[in-house]
Amino acid sequence: MKETSGRRRFLKSAAALGAAIPAGAAAQSKPAPNVDHDKQRAQHMRAAAAQPRPYMFLSQTEVAFLDAAVSHLIPKDELGPGAKEAGVTYFIDQQLFGGYGSMAKKYTQGPWPEGTPQQGYQSPLTPAAVYRAGIRDTNEYCKKTHGKTFDALSRAQQEEVLKGLDGGKIELEQVRSQFFFNMLLANTVEGFFADPVYGGNRDKAGWKLVGFPGVAAVYTPFIEKHNVPYRAQPVSIADITQKIAQVDEHGHAIHVMLDDDQAGV
Amino acid sequence: MATKLKGVDVVTVGVGLTATILAQELAATGLKVVGLERGRWRDTDPDFAMPGAHDELKYVRRHELMQDLSKETITFRNNANELALPMRDLGSFRPGEGVGGAAVHWGAVTWRFFPWDFQTKTKTLERYGPKQVAEDCTMQDWGVTYEELEPHFDRFEYLYGVSGKAGNLKGKIVEGGNRFEGPRSREFPNPPLKTPHSSALFARAAQSLSYKTFPVPSAANSRAYKNEYGQTINACVYCGYCQFFACEMGAKASPQTTVLPVLMQNKNFELRTMCNVVKVNLDSEKKRAVSVTYVDSRGREFEQPAELILLTSYVLNNCRLMLLSGIGKPYDPVANTGVVGRNYAYQTPSNVNLFFDDKVLNGFMGAGGNATGIDDFNGDNFDHTGLGFIGGGNINCGSGATRPIEVRPVPPGTPRWGSEWKKAVAKYFTRSCSIAIQGACQSYRGNYLDLDPTYRDAYGLPLLRMTFDRRENEHKMSVYITNKAAEIGKAMGASKMNVNPRTGKYTIVPYQSTHNTGGTVMGADPNTSVVNKYLQSWDVHNVFAISAGAFPQNGGYNPTGTVGALTFQALEAIKTKYLKRPGALV
Ligand SMILES: Cc1cc2nc3c(=O)[nH]c(=O)nc-3n(C[C@H](O)[C@H](O)[C@H](O)COP(=O)(O)OP(=O)(O)OC[C@H]3O[C@@H](n4cnc5c(N)ncnc54)[C@H](O)[C@@H]3O)c2cc1C
Repeated sequence: MKETSGRRRFLKSAAALGAAIPAGAAAQSKPAPNVDHDKQRAQHMRAAAAQPRPYMFLSQTEVAFLDAAVSHLIPKDELGPGAKEAGVTYFIDQQLFGGYGSMAKKYTQGPWPEGTPQQGYQSPLTPAAVYRAGIRDTNEYCKKTHGKTFDALSRAQQEEVLKGLDGGKIELEQVRSQFFFNMLLANTVEGFFADPVYGGNRDKAGWKLVGFPGVAAVYTPFIEKHNVPYRAQPVSIADITQKIAQVDEHGHAIHVMLDDDQAGV
Repeated sequence: MATKLKGVDVVTVGVGLTATILAQELAATGLKVVGLERGRWRDTDPDFAMPGAHDELKYVRRHELMQDLSKETITFRNNANELALPMRDLGSFRPGEGVGGAAVHWGAVTWRFFPWDFQTKTKTLERYGPKQVAEDCTMQDWGVTYEELEPHFDRFEYLYGVSGKAGNLKGKIVEGGNRFEGPRSREFPNPPLKTPHSSALFARAAQSLSYKTFPVPSAANSRAYKNEYGQTINACVYCGYCQFFACEMGAKASPQTTVLPVLMQNKNFELRTMCNVVKVNLDSEKKRAVSVTYVDSRGREFEQPAELILLTSYVLNNCRLMLLSGIGKPYDPVANTGVVGRNYAYQTPSNVNLFFDDKVLNGFMGAGGNATGIDDFNGDNFDHTGLGFIGGGNINCGSGATRPIEVRPVPPGTPRWGSEWKKAVAKYFTRSCSIAIQGACQSYRGNYLDLDPTYRDAYGLPLLRMTFDRRENEHKMSVYITNKAAEIGKAMGASKMNVNPRTGKYTIVPYQSTHNTGGTVMGADPNTSVVNKYLQSWDVHNVFAISAGAFPQNGGYNPTGTVGALTFQALEAIKTKYLKRPGALV
């Protein structure tokens, strides 16, 4: 590390990265009528969005299963989009295709006795294999009991099946039902709330639901404003790399605050 | 066959928090120091730069900065009657890998253990008699006192720019600080961080119950600060991506912001990354270490001779390397002989989640240690007579950990999924906070570390095996203190609460804290300790094992302030005594 390295070099690169705002400028700006990150993003993505997203791991059957399942775990309702609308199936596909799905950073050597709950993940299956087996077995169960695959059941029947997996009442052949269900639930929540760069949380639906601003601004001026809601348009990583959102000298987002109607809280 | 390299003066195994300090100070005296780090080089730029630094999935769930378990993990069981199985995924604790170690993604809360902690055994027996202590409890004194460590605490805090408020200056109690702390020779280098809403509510409520509140000390620097090596640590901006993340501001002190820029310029220091140390080699009499063996990223094996070998590879690998290398006698819990691996302990964290219908908390703003705490129920600050346990824990409430994938508590009775769950998450994400308890954990005869008979690492070597469970002492303590926290929560005006004391079997699954302790404990008696008070091996005098592995049991605080003090104390002994006359210091 030479004299000019470290943070100083970093400051330069942060400034080069986004539309940098000079030092000392406010980290939050008033709502500007023409600034809407998502409209801008929509324009930006129009060409790309015209194409369906390519699934890399999941089969069409598995996509249908997951679309149906995640729409129960986080449903679309009066509060806004659910997991399906937010692209969670696609998120799961991408995760299973990548390092997570193959346990790239996890210990995978046998032997594989079942272990105690306190000993955690002891399955010989990778997450990718857990989904493959879990979806297949659940569909088999649905065919046996209802004559149809999971995605073709009524909403009420689907809900029953998911509860059966969650509570361990439904036995699956190749994988413990609760193990499969817990993984699906955890990944659904991840996909709903992770940065949209991973393919879920589309239009920042998850962040808007809870009021999470995403990439942070400098909160120094705000942290001692007690009991004051912080209503900002959430900012994603791509908003910054694509220069849709502005950043300060250290690369923090300059949040655009919502007016009260937009915030809808 | 290993290629034998040219000898050097000092080798550090691992290049994290302790190693960087030791290497910096020893290289400055003119010694040739080589740092061997199993992970890669990491720096504020580009590794910690925005906007990628604010990626919860990558850092919290995919463990970007943490140990790669595909190469090495530990095995775990609750007790010796069970079969230990590998920790396949990170959960309960999340050690670091790469330059800077866990101190890149740590939470920055920086305490000094109480004077009482260093004499737990003597003081407990004095005040309560032997009946207060469980029969299988192996707690012991540290062989060092708070007074001896005070200057070293001070030096570490000034190196890392800790923000806080003194409560005891040279024996004089100072309002607003922690009146229970040991006397400090001077004020903190930086003032406390700003006060978030949750902390303000907590302070008022705790004061109404007559507790003494104070700002939790944090190495998230509250203002731009220059340390003794001329390194500027920036001011924290309360972005809320702190623990599990690297700090894009260089405001949370880490090896990268405090020491490495100067260390890397010192020609006496050579860093070798992607080099995994597999063994310390001893001479034929097993009295002296002659070299370490390591494997690089191309699979080449090297032998690096050195005069002084510093084990700075975190608690777990310090212990494992001693066991793999035959340094010190391994602990045998059945015969109750030997020492290496003995007194493994941990932490007993618990919490209370608070939900407000009429308040906004904005818990996504803040930093590690951006909190207000009380120590009225920590250490031996309260009378334990009749309580059936010893020890306690810091209780605190702060802000900066609320991020939607990991931290989005919902009130009791909320279903795990579906519309009701969604509503609760939406409502309470910005309207909840937690009171956290950093509970202590005593050491017991049946809790220990040794080598696993079955599972191996990527180099074919046995994994470290952890046998651990908390005991009745810890459960009782956790219930008692968590209920005290719940009383404060009620006084804060929470409309709903989840009270989560730590009871039942220890599980390796949910994150609790990376505060593993013991295994290479320090002490005054070689029959019950692995290293002396300077963290020098009793058996092999040119090996020092520097980490929280030296703690004979764990206190009610995060460990690193105390690890920093022990590091500086060892350093002083090495510089002023050992280098002049290499040999046993005690
Ligand atoms: C998520 C998290 C939060 C934390 N928060 C706090 C907190 O708020 N307050 C607090 O007091 N403490 C906290 N800690 C603990 C703190 O990080 C550690 O106490 C501190 O980093 C220990 O320093 P160390 O030098 O012993 O280990 P580390 O800093 O981890 O350095 C050890 C280095 O050794 C390397 N290594 C290991 N084995 C080998 C080998 N065989 N060969 C070569 N290299 C090797 C590792 O890769 C690593 O880089 C936290 C830890 C974590 C993980």
